[in-house]
Amino acid sequence: MTVSLSQAHILVDDPDAALPFYRDALGLDVAADVANAGYRWLSLIAPGHPEVLVVLEQPEAGRSEENGQALAALLAKGELGPVHFRTDDLEATLDAIRATPGATVVQEPVDQFWGVRDAAVRDPAGNLLRIEQAR
Amino acid sequence: MMDGMGVDLEELRRLRRARDRMDREFATPLDVAELARGAFMSPAHFSRRFREAYSETPHAYLMTRRIERAKALLRDGAGVTEACHAVGCTSLGSFSASFTALVGETPSRYRARRRGEVRGLSCCEVLRVTRPRRRNASSFGEALRAVAV
Repeated sequence: MTVSLSQAHILVDDPDAALPFYRDALGLDVAADVANAGYRWLSLIAPGHPEVLVVLEQPEAGRSEENGQALAALLAKGELGPVHFRTDDLEATLDAIRATPGATVVQEPVDQFWGVRDAAVRDPAGNLLRIEQAR
Repeated sequence: MMDGMGVDLEELRRLRRARDRMDREFATPLDVAELARGAFMSPAHFSRRFREAYSETPHAYLMTRRIERAKALLRDGAGVTEACHAVGCTSLGSFSASFTALVGETPSRYRARRRGEVRGLSCCEVLRVTRPRRRNASSFGEALRAVAV
């Protein structure tokens, strides 16, 4: 039996602000862009990794108003995440992130003794992402 | 801007940015007044809202972050005064008091006892051994979120 990750959902408050980050800075390709009932779902895949879909969706979509607002508050506070991405060029990835409106680098690159060099960033919605490169 | 149920998401975002700033700039002479200015709030309002959002005051968060780092420096053999200044504290007395309150022993005793202790441990063991014991540690960094003791 083999089980592997096929989809990961990331909550974003504003799909228009998230798209430049995930598509242009991280370099993911948009596989689907679906609007329904006033909300929008963006599905992205990393080049060469079509087996894993990254789905961006809004906290309120498909939930009760109360739970949607609770998640939106956690997102705004920065309490969601972390999600880890790997890159083969950390500096170039961080340069692209720094050039993206609303995104911030919260930890500059450091060599971790478990074998990666990594940095921590916030996407424009407030999710904590760690970007790591093997070394 | 208020969004339904009285949750001010824009204010929460400013609190998040202030917390990120502490994680990033804790080693500079950052204080609550400066953080409140950056968040466009009065210091009292900022401290109250931060505590409601994260269950600890911004001062406690900043000091926890500094002491996490100071512990790492002391384990690596830094002197107490050196570690104090390296983490953005200007007063050795208040640094030592905060350190002792959080860690349970003075910085010099911690240094003498723990120096080199984590060498050879795996990363999860280091995180377990070194995380501070306040109820909430910082959002990332030298230690994972602490559990209540």
